[in-house]
Amino acid sequence: MPLNKKDLLEIQELSSDDIKLIIDTADSFKEVTGRDIKKVPTLRGKTVVNLFYEPSTRTRTSFELAAKRLSADVINIAVSTSSVVKGETLLDTARNIEAMRSDIIVIRHSAAGAPYILAKGLKSSVINAGDGCHEHPTQALLDMFTIREKKGRIDGLTVAIVGDITHSRVARSNIHGLTKMGAKVRVIGPATLIPLEIERLGVQVYYNLDEGIKDADVIIMLRVQLERQGKTYFPDIREYSMQYCLTRERLKFAKEDAIVMHPGPVNWGVEISPELSEDKATVILEQVTNGVAVRMAVMYLLSGEKS
Amino acid sequence: MAGKWKEKKIVMDATEINRALRRISHEIVEKNKGTGDLVLVGIRTGGVHLAKRLVNFIKEIEGVELPLGILDITLYRDDLSTKKEQPVLKKTEIPFSISDKKIVLVDDVLYTGRSIRAAMDSLMDFGRPIQIQLAVLIDRGHRELPIRADYAGKNLPTSAQEIVKVLLEEEGEKDRVIIAESI
Repeated sequence: MPLNKKDLLEIQELSSDDIKLIIDTADSFKEVTGRDIKKVPTLRGKTVVNLFYEPSTRTRTSFELAAKRLSADVINIAVSTSSVVKGETLLDTARNIEAMRSDIIVIRHSAAGAPYILAKGLKSSVINAGDGCHEHPTQALLDMFTIREKKGRIDGLTVAIVGDITHSRVARSNIHGLTKMGAKVRVIGPATLIPLEIERLGVQVYYNLDEGIKDADVIIMLRVQLERQGKTYFPDIREYSMQYCLTRERLKFAKEDAIVMHPGPVNWGVEISPELSEDKATVILEQVTNGVAVRMAVMYLLSGEKS
Repeated sequence: MAGKWKEKKIVMDATEINRALRRISHEIVEKNKGTGDLVLVGIRTGGVHLAKRLVNFIKEIEGVELPLGILDITLYRDDLSTKKEQPVLKKTEIPFSISDKKIVLVDDVLYTGRSIRAAMDSLMDFGRPIQIQLAVLIDRGHRELPIRADYAGKNLPTSAQEIVKVLLEEEGEKDRVIIAESI
């Protein structure tokens, strides 16, 4: 079953077969990233442009490494040093990049929907690396890949997503993906950070951490977006961490072999207690390793001939 | 080979296939004066089962079980950007060092030679073998690159329109090599 897509914009539009294909392909690419020579000639002569309108270290580096390991040429454009500060529009910037013959454009933008504008206006493949509070598809794919690697399956697992659900594109992509793959998804957080009617996406809502993670196989802790706390969604950080910080003690409510994930960067002591940083349940660094393989898979699968 | 096809003619049956593989096993051992530093690498998917059978025959002959690797050449193909659908990528599994080893690369059908070129490029990224030899069950001609087989089960003159298929028990088929035509 080929992917047959020009762009990867969201998990919502993917079928469970599409997701499985991407994860299976990523599994094969993981073997490549474990070799002495971690490079294959697959995308030789192709150009990948990272267009990041929001700061990022992990995701941008991960895309850059993925492209380089496929032998593509990579350009990174950090918007703060680009013509965007002179007032160039999003589509103009992208069209100018494409005029230099790019093949894949990876975009992160604070506005939900920005990658769709590029996808519609460009011949290049567009990969959404996070758009506002909407989706972050490659993060969800690497999360699902990590879950399947650790648990052998996704179907039938109970996955708890904890934290700021309202502003989290990671949560949204994971909810779409995990439910398609047959997992039971719970969202946990203070009522101010859980969107109304989120149950419609097929999730269960909990406001209490201990109840929400009870018997969970996987716990995905979301980052408290401290930079957003100008607007107050909870009284203060300390209050939040009293209620929602995952500690070794609280982890006992989950299944014995539960794994703890986080899209990073972690605020240790706010979302997850530092005592869990070295715990074998914590697979955060493996998520990062898997991220490169997943992004290689996505770039590979989007690189067939364009009709 | 994608697309639908219809069986036209059987060119090798199960006995003939195994007889050819047994002969190739003897030739491999003879040419390399034993099994020292020898490893086998099968090319996905057609070469893998054949390589396994060669490992078993060589074990019968010499009493030595040679290391067996599996190579997926997808990422090294020269036609990726011209294909509409990206081929499904499978894992490469070479759980041993190939440096300073003599590799016998195994494939089912030798045709244009492009798969073998890709396989050799891929192997070079794993290490520096002292030698790469090539064993195929069928050599059907029509080479597009200067590549030849060191061991061939059968030379089969074909036209470029014909399809040659090696069907094996390991994939739930009755062992046979057929010429087919696309429909």
